[in-house]
Amino acid sequence: MPQKYTLTDTRQEYHLIRNRIIVSGVIICLLILSLLARIFYLQVVRHDHFTTLSRHNRVKIQPLVPMRGLIFSRDKVLLADNRPSFSLEIVPEQVKDLDQLFQDLGGVISINAQDIARFRTELSKHRRFDSIPLRFNLSEEEVASVSVNRYRYPGVDIVARLSRYYPLVANIAHVVGYVGMIDEPELKELDASNYRGTTHIGKLGVEKAYEDILHGTVGYQQVEVNAQGRVIRVLDRVPPIAGQNITLSLDVALQNLAVELLENRRGAIVAIDPRDGSVLALVSAPGYDPNQFVNGIAPASYKMLLSSPDAPLLNRALRGQYPPGSTIKPFFGLAALANGYRTPAAETWCPGWFRLPGKERKYRDWKKGGHGHTNLQNAIAQSCDVYFYNLAVDMGIDELSHALWNFGFGRRTGIDIGGESTGLVPSREWKKNVLGQAWYPGETVNVGIGQGSLLVTPVQLATAVAMMANRGRAIIPHLLDQASSLTAPEENRPLSDKSTDLQRQAMDRYYDEIINAMGEVVQGARGSARASGRDAPYRYAGKTGTAQVIGLPEDELEAEKKEVDVEFRDHALFIAFAPVENPVIALTIIVEHGGGGSSTAAPIARKLLDFHLLKSTNVENDADG
Amino acid sequence: MTLMGDQSLFQRLHIDLPLLLGITVLCSLGLVTLYSAGGMDTGILMRQCGRLILAFALLLVFTQISPAQLARLSFWLYLAGVVLLIVVLVAGDIGKGARRWLDLGFLRFQPSELMKLAVPMVVAWYSSERSLPPGIWRMLAACLLVTVPVLLICKQPDLGTALLVGMAGFSVLFVAGINWKLLSGMIITAAMSTPVLWYFMHDYQRKRVLTFLDPDQDPLGAGYHIIQSTIAIGSGGIYGKGWLNGTQSHLEFLPERSTDFIFSVFCEEFGFMGVLLLSSLYLFIIGRGLYMAMNAQETYGRLLGSGLVLTFFVYIFVNMGMVAGQLPVVGVPLPLVSQGGTSMVTLMISFGMLMSIHSHRRLLSG
Repeated sequence: MPQKYTLTDTRQEYHLIRNRIIVSGVIICLLILSLLARIFYLQVVRHDHFTTLSRHNRVKIQPLVPMRGLIFSRDKVLLADNRPSFSLEIVPEQVKDLDQLFQDLGGVISINAQDIARFRTELSKHRRFDSIPLRFNLSEEEVASVSVNRYRYPGVDIVARLSRYYPLVANIAHVVGYVGMIDEPELKELDASNYRGTTHIGKLGVEKAYEDILHGTVGYQQVEVNAQGRVIRVLDRVPPIAGQNITLSLDVALQNLAVELLENRRGAIVAIDPRDGSVLALVSAPGYDPNQFVNGIAPASYKMLLSSPDAPLLNRALRGQYPPGSTIKPFFGLAALANGYRTPAAETWCPGWFRLPGKERKYRDWKKGGHGHTNLQNAIAQSCDVYFYNLAVDMGIDELSHALWNFGFGRRTGIDIGGESTGLVPSREWKKNVLGQAWYPGETVNVGIGQGSLLVTPVQLATAVAMMANRGRAIIPHLLDQASSLTAPEENRPLSDKSTDLQRQAMDRYYDEIINAMGEVVQGARGSARASGRDAPYRYAGKTGTAQVIGLPEDELEAEKKEVDVEFRDHALFIAFAPVENPVIALTIIVEHGGGGSSTAAPIARKLLDFHLLKSTNVENDADG
Repeated sequence: MTLMGDQSLFQRLHIDLPLLLGITVLCSLGLVTLYSAGGMDTGILMRQCGRLILAFALLLVFTQISPAQLARLSFWLYLAGVVLLIVVLVAGDIGKGARRWLDLGFLRFQPSELMKLAVPMVVAWYSSERSLPPGIWRMLAACLLVTVPVLLICKQPDLGTALLVGMAGFSVLFVAGINWKLLSGMIITAAMSTPVLWYFMHDYQRKRVLTFLDPDQDPLGAGYHIIQSTIAIGSGGIYGKGWLNGTQSHLEFLPERSTDFIFSVFCEEFGFMGVLLLSSLYLFIIGRGLYMAMNAQETYGRLLGSGLVLTFFVYIFVNMGMVAGQLPVVGVPLPLVSQGGTSMVTLMISFGMLMSIHSHRRLLSG
């Protein structure tokens, strides 16, 4: 191509492109101007109109909180209810002077400093146009007086919510737990979108363990609101899906009776159906009123609960750690038979005391004169300590702790509500690792009668009793009724049965031997609890226990004192299962500082068994027929 | 060794200072607005900063590529883009109901985004092969080059990107001297084909057009955005409600308030004065860009540069027009302000190309 042509051509092209770019620039300017004109029209000419719209006619999206699932017992008693309650809520954006408003409102209904403090904390966490509750649980009078005066307080509204209510109050507090206001750490963990608008979450017990099932799925609605933030009409609605109702295996009648029988004494009662691990009763006394936690407990009441010597907030059934005392003897007896340390007929001479070879210290039997020649069955029936001192020394601590471990002591039972303690099965390793000391033979002697450093929780003991009743088949206690269509959340689902060496080794006859011995306890001529077992229309097995309280002065003279302070009195224990032929209930009763197991705990067990068996046999016969 | 004068550093990096300044101010204003629109979430802000840094790095890379190299690359890039678009239609990932993404294992990207650059490049390259203005057949061939990817993108369906790609191609054609008669003929044809287009539209696209014509028809569904957005803009007034004080935009009614509808947040909080400032900034960048394109040495550079700047304008106009209720709702972000990385990267690359086109000219003539 000729050079000259290209040059002129390029110049022509330059002019063409320049012209077109200028045209584009002009078009761009015109279009931008038209855009600016439109925005000018909106922002300047029609500003007032849109300001009015923005102030008076807002469309908001509101979350619709799902109704929380109800909790029933197996006998169809409502344990956790949703009741309508009125709360007073404020939209801060629409209030000019909050302090003035608090003062004004204070003249109409009672508002305390705590309400205001909580409101201010919430205020910092929410946006200005969010509605924030100031008072919960308004009485009808309060609702009426606020409603009458409402025109005076823009931004203030009475909101009807469903509030959790526990009709049985203290009796089921340690089972069902309670819901409470969602706190900061919980806020970080939960699914934020599904909890939009939800104010409460399960904090403890069943309410916490089955939160996912109970909560449900949030819904939404688009609403038109006026200047005061009040809903004028609903434009669109995606309904929430209510949480599922759940049924517990708990038998409320039994539970109530158990509470009643404890007569306000500190203690715990756990009843389990050994066939499937259903928890029939789980009492920790004293209880507390879970309703006061639902909308935030007053600091004074909370302080009172915390400082009470009764420790009502402590779930003794799951977290209380007690020396099992003589109730541990059947388990050691079984281990002794199964591992060949004793035969049923072998007798031990009981002079009323025991002394380790070459040592000075005497370990006393509860019976001063001793039991004389005692075989295993008598040793359990009459709770001979010397027999078990000897057995413990023969077995050694390693074998003892192994036996305890096999019955589920020293570890969590896996009950489906959280928070249980592990208890403590002492061993050489434990003492070396935790206390940094060597194991002394004297400690083995104490462990032999369920004292020393051995600690169990009531639910552990009940689970072990159920395993004994099942002749070695382990169960995992659970509160959710397995019959219902629900399945437990993954982490709470019972693990596969803890199959143990003992279970395989222990022959049926060893179980027969021990269970017969436990039958002798309540129904034998010389059984330690024969008084409470008299005339029972069914065969049952039991074992008394009297546990020395930790911190009790070891001084023997002190222990023999007749009048002992309540604080130093022994814990009364009793374990039982019934009927022996086909066990349907396994029990553990612990009455703190209750004195003797036979005098205090055994009669409670008898009443509970009577109630459960005589009632449920009828029911079962009906069902079978 | 001494530095070669005060211009040497930026000169050697091929960076245009006025344009860089405009972009920087705009991005800063964007971050300030995003902080408010994103609900004062510093996480959103930090992620946006990260994207900005990445995009700036790419800008620097592309300033180093000379226009001659870009021209040689044009056709192959275009060809690769078309192939990828077909692959996406056949085997792409579905996101938000449309097939737009291509999963390469190590990264996911939208080939349609690549076409925003490849289409103006290929049209500029094809037009500058012969002397301008192009003849009628070359014109039609160039139109075909634009139409094929646009239809492929429409099919995904991604109307916003298709519009931008189409406008990018046609703005190059316009600058290249498309015949006025042909141009008016095309506009008439487009108007005539609207009913046909209507027939091929998806339901949601039809709804958008209907809603645009009468937002009050559907105040809850598609019209909801437009009504609430105009309320937000209108209630801003001359001086705005102030930063972080936009009550309308902080309510939850505007789901896209940090992305496509960020302009309504801006209008509500900064008012008409803010809008004037933002428009001036955009106009400055556009003006500087057009000036740079006009003064490029090569025809290819001039065509590509002005095409890229005009596309940038289309972004702004479509987004602002949509938010202000002047145009139908089309998913186009407000350039360099809206949250999101994909369009930002493309825009920064196009600014990099623009700087390269401008700067390499001076090097050659000097």
